[in-house]
Amino acid sequence: MNDRFISIEAIARRFPKRTGEPVTIFEDLSLSIARGEFVCIIGHSGCGKSTVLNVLAGLDQPDAGFVFIDGKQITEPGLDRAVIFQSHALLPWKTALANVAYAVASRWPSLKRAEVNARAQRAIDLVGLHGAEMKRPSELSGGMRQRVGIARALSIEPKILLMDEPFSALDALTRGALQDEVRRICRDTGQTLFMITHDVDEAMYLADKIVLMTNGPGAMIAEIVENPLPQERKRVEIHRHPDYYPLRNHLIDFLVTRSVTFRDEMPAGYDRKKPPVVRPGAQTPALG
Amino acid sequence: MASTAPLPLRAGVLSLLIFVIFALAWHMATRGGPAGPAMDPEYAKLMGATATQGKSAMPGPLEVGAKLIEHLRHPFYDRGPNDKGLGIQLAFSMLRVAAGYGLAVLVAIPLGFLIGMSPLMNKALDPFIQIMKPVSPLAWMPLALYTIKDSGLSAIFVIFICSLWPMLVNTAFGVSGVRKEWLNVARTLEVGPWRRAFTVILPAAAPTIFTGMRISIGIAWLVIVAAEMLVGGTGIGYFVWNEWNNLSITNVIIAILLIGVVGMLLDQLLARAARAVTFPE
Repeated sequence: MNDRFISIEAIARRFPKRTGEPVTIFEDLSLSIARGEFVCIIGHSGCGKSTVLNVLAGLDQPDAGFVFIDGKQITEPGLDRAVIFQSHALLPWKTALANVAYAVASRWPSLKRAEVNARAQRAIDLVGLHGAEMKRPSELSGGMRQRVGIARALSIEPKILLMDEPFSALDALTRGALQDEVRRICRDTGQTLFMITHDVDEAMYLADKIVLMTNGPGAMIAEIVENPLPQERKRVEIHRHPDYYPLRNHLIDFLVTRSVTFRDEMPAGYDRKKPPVVRPGAQTPALG
Repeated sequence: MASTAPLPLRAGVLSLLIFVIFALAWHMATRGGPAGPAMDPEYAKLMGATATQGKSAMPGPLEVGAKLIEHLRHPFYDRGPNDKGLGIQLAFSMLRVAAGYGLAVLVAIPLGFLIGMSPLMNKALDPFIQIMKPVSPLAWMPLALYTIKDSGLSAIFVIFICSLWPMLVNTAFGVSGVRKEWLNVARTLEVGPWRRAFTVILPAAAPTIFTGMRISIGIAWLVIVAAEMLVGGTGIGYFVWNEWNNLSITNVIIAILLIGVVGMLLDQLLARAARAVTFPE
């Protein structure tokens, strides 16, 4: 297994301000993700999570540093990465099937029309939308639209799925169902996944690793939390696991206090190019 | 009761009622008054009905209706340059509009695309558009006549220039307003520039472009009447002016009516096309 399937190496992003110095969103940000890993990044709004994702997607360029995926440097968007946008970003004049088929035809331009549609239909079926494929996005519910977005992303068989708060606009029930769906698909296909969220429970349920980002500007990756919960997670039982509350408390504590104070109370030996990896749990309490 | 009948029916009945009241009022107003003082028959012949019978020069609705039926029976007769059927005159006008408008579509949509895609072109061409847009298209007529040296082509040019601006401005606006996320979808799917233009930008901007096209066809139909009055020869605009010179108010009223009907049909056509490309979000 390649431990550095995705390698973010000391990237920086600055936005020019109308007057004076440009604002540094983050700098020397480094992170590596292994093949098949499910990584969530959490942090407050405006900390630059989306910028990290856009750099990975190639939609935004870092002002310094490099991003490699599978040994190849990323400078522009590409079909090896699929983005699931927060606002689903479906083309409203196309049917659900045509939206997915558009991606399939872009990925394999030489495919025949029938084969494109067959592949698109398989992706639609995979996300449980069989029967709704001829509907336009306006005729679908929010959850179904997001499913089409997921089907579109999966249909191109990307190396990496990039998700920008994909479920934040959905109601709790739909969100739970889609989380189960995404987790099942990722476990079945061994998909590498990078997801932005601000929902602690979502991160705990889905992720192998949770990246904690401090508040911006000048945001840093404070630490990388390994999820101590077992791979076989059941939504109804997960909160009974002995590691559940230590992990949850650790994450909440970070979001409430340490994301603000981290800058002033950096632990000894902290290097933002090599953020520490922690594994909160019942045996090893993270905070003394 | 009437309030239980469906709204379209009630509206239809009311429309009819308004029309009947209007026609009656018109009829009463143009009906002949008491006859004037008796006069020498030779003199009366010279003076005509207006002077001798207190008859208004304005035709009544019955005269206009009779004349209209006559015109509709023979829309395509041709008895020399000054006496052609209304169908022929309208066809000439529509042909000119089609030519000028078609040319404007061919220029405005690609150019609007370019302006919408490029902030540089947008800023650079903006002053020209802003100055040219409010100019009455008829002000171009002398310039067109001088340079083109053909009155028929000049009329087409005037239609072209007046149709151009709404389509150009709307296309540029629609193209520049395509949602960033749709463009990002195309980028992440490595869609090439031509395919992106036709599969993402064009469908996304189509409703705005068609709105511009609809405004343009309306203006073109307004302008063709005035342009044909100037250039003469054929067309519904020329017909109006010619009938004014003949002092046939009846024919002028009929022409007004037909210009309105054709304009409405053109507008409905574009409205229907716009509805076909509009997508709900």
